[in-house]
Amino acid sequence: MYQLTGIGKTYKQGPRIVTALKDVDLTIEDGDHIAIQGQTGGGKSTLLQLLGALDRPSTGSILLDGKDLARSGDAELGRVRARRIGFVFQGFNLIPTLTAQENVETALAPLGVGTAARRRRAAEALASVGLDSRASHLPSELSGGQQQRVAIARALVKDPSVLLADEPTGALDEDTRNDIIELLERIRSERGITLVVVTHDSWVARRAQRRLQLRAGVLTERPVAAQRVG
Amino acid sequence: MFITYLTRELKNRRRQTSIVAIGMALAIALVIVVNAVAGGVKTAQASALSSVYGVGTDITVTQATTTSSSGTQQFRFGAGAGSTSGGTRSFNSAQLRTARGVTAFATTAVTKVAATGGVKAATGVLSLQSTTFSGRTPTQSSGSGAGGTPQTRPTDGTSAGGPSSFGIDSTSVLGYDVSASTAVGPLSSTTLKSGRMLTAADTGKNLAVLDSDYATSASKKVGSTVTIDGKAFTVVGIVKSTSATGASASNVYIPLDTAQKLSGETAKVTTVYVQATSASQIPAVQTALQTALGASMTVNTQAGLASTVTGSVSTAATLAQNLGLWLSILVLAAAFLLAVLFTVSGVTRRTREFGTLKAIGWTNRRVVGQVAGESVVQGLLGGAIGVALGLAAIEVVNLLHPTLTASASTGAAGGPGGPGGFARVATSAASIALSLPITAPVLGLAVALAILGGLIAGAFGGWRATRLRPAAALRSVA
Repeated sequence: MYQLTGIGKTYKQGPRIVTALKDVDLTIEDGDHIAIQGQTGGGKSTLLQLLGALDRPSTGSILLDGKDLARSGDAELGRVRARRIGFVFQGFNLIPTLTAQENVETALAPLGVGTAARRRRAAEALASVGLDSRASHLPSELSGGQQQRVAIARALVKDPSVLLADEPTGALDEDTRNDIIELLERIRSERGITLVVVTHDSWVARRAQRRLQLRAGVLTERPVAAQRVG
Repeated sequence: MFITYLTRELKNRRRQTSIVAIGMALAIALVIVVNAVAGGVKTAQASALSSVYGVGTDITVTQATTTSSSGTQQFRFGAGAGSTSGGTRSFNSAQLRTARGVTAFATTAVTKVAATGGVKAATGVLSLQSTTFSGRTPTQSSGSGAGGTPQTRPTDGTSAGGPSSFGIDSTSVLGYDVSASTAVGPLSSTTLKSGRMLTAADTGKNLAVLDSDYATSASKKVGSTVTIDGKAFTVVGIVKSTSATGASASNVYIPLDTAQKLSGETAKVTTVYVQATSASQIPAVQTALQTALGASMTVNTQAGLASTVTGSVSTAATLAQNLGLWLSILVLAAAFLLAVLFTVSGVTRRTREFGTLKAIGWTNRRVVGQVAGESVVQGLLGGAIGVALGLAAIEVVNLLHPTLTASASTGAAGGPGGPGGFARVATSAASIALSLPITAPVLGLAVALAILGGLIAGAFGGWRATRLRPAAALRSVA
């Protein structure tokens, strides 16, 4: 699915150049469940944004099913995000003025889905995360766990091939965290989609098939045996 | 999705929406009121002008006055003038001459005007002032005053400083071509109240038509006689002005040839009234007439004539055109700025929201459309409130009926008094109730301005939104 070669990413912070990623090589297969761990500022979110076509690398190439995202224009990256990638954020990032149902529908707006189909698919997505009874509620009327479920429904409603989650349980208590992770794993196994989770939580990371470590922009992958020892 | 998102956002940001809408509403209301005042004042000016120039007069031709031609009005009496009775000598003298500040010119100018291309109709009139002096002095003082010249007074009051008393009676007299149509000229803005108008058969006769106000004040009616330059004229009709000013151009209307003969201005007129074939022809006709008649003649259009209207209507016109216009522009600019600042600030506050939408695939176009849509609706909301406010303000003004004074005069603009100076005659002064019109173009302008304000604010907000890169937008709040 993904083929990252020689990825480097630098930012300008005033007069300073900050290196977020250094010569990263990574291959991700269809259906993989990957956890990315590392220190704060280690480049985890940057790597996730590159995988999610939110940004372009300073060097290297990112092939998504053969298409190089590093060489694609803004419009093409937008199309990739709209059709193939689902995002789940730590802060849920729901539109506060829209209901749960309408928040889910926002993901279908760029796909030109008709109103009736949009409503039906959003309702189905909410039902798949167990929130069909909360469809008409505003985010402020939902708990943190429920909000994250709405965010997951929004990511899934367009049937993406990859789900990218940036600290999806960072703002949740332990029980809710467990529910959300189990939900994500169930969805991955049911739909066969690729799941990439950035997390500080070792419990969450241990649930993944592959664990990647980012330190000062350098990516290393822990061997499977080591992962099992955890 | 677009409508749902838009309405939710505007409802959620009620305070901001209200501030922007109210700012826009005030600006739009001001534009409507200023435009309506300008329209109302223009109508009042036209009304004041029509009483003097008549309806349908596009151009007037006069001759610039010189000091020598206007002269000083004097009555001279010889040593034996007047009649003596009981120790008192009585004087009585009448004059009929072109009004102060007006110069008569040859009627050939009327022929020249009528022959000019683009002229539909032209008629010449002779504006005169009939002044009667009457007074008495004690006979014992008359000896020393033999050949003296009693000074006329600017009014027709009676001197009361001693045994002598003098009085001056002044009446405006207009000689017009009774064989020509009255569709153009001062009488076009009058209606016959009683009797009849003068006709071609009345040429050379001592017959007169009176202005109704003058007839009332002088207690004259059809069949009465009025004295002009010592001659008795029979009143055959009474006309009433159709203009809001109430008074017509002259007190008395007589046949042109009679007026010329009595005043000694043979084959002369003081003003030529011109109607162009179409409004678009007026500037060309003005130029052609000026060329044909020479620089000594003054050719004025209605636009130029409007500047001769004085009084509070003139002040209102100046206020509407200058202060009103600039105030509207200023308030409109402030309202637009307010809308822009609030929209840009709103986009900045919603950085994460727009970053998220871009992350899930929303294009810049869709995000800009959303921001611009919200701004345009805010503008339209303000526009709707502004139209309501403006209409209410106009309604209040129309109910209050504020009165403006207007004074319009015929005569040459120019000469020693400068444009609109003393070179005037047949002045019509009256109070006009200001009525503000509501016109579709003004309402259309208001709606267009509201949309424009929304689009400008939306353009700035949208520009700010397009500069948000999704990754940076999400990172900025992470």
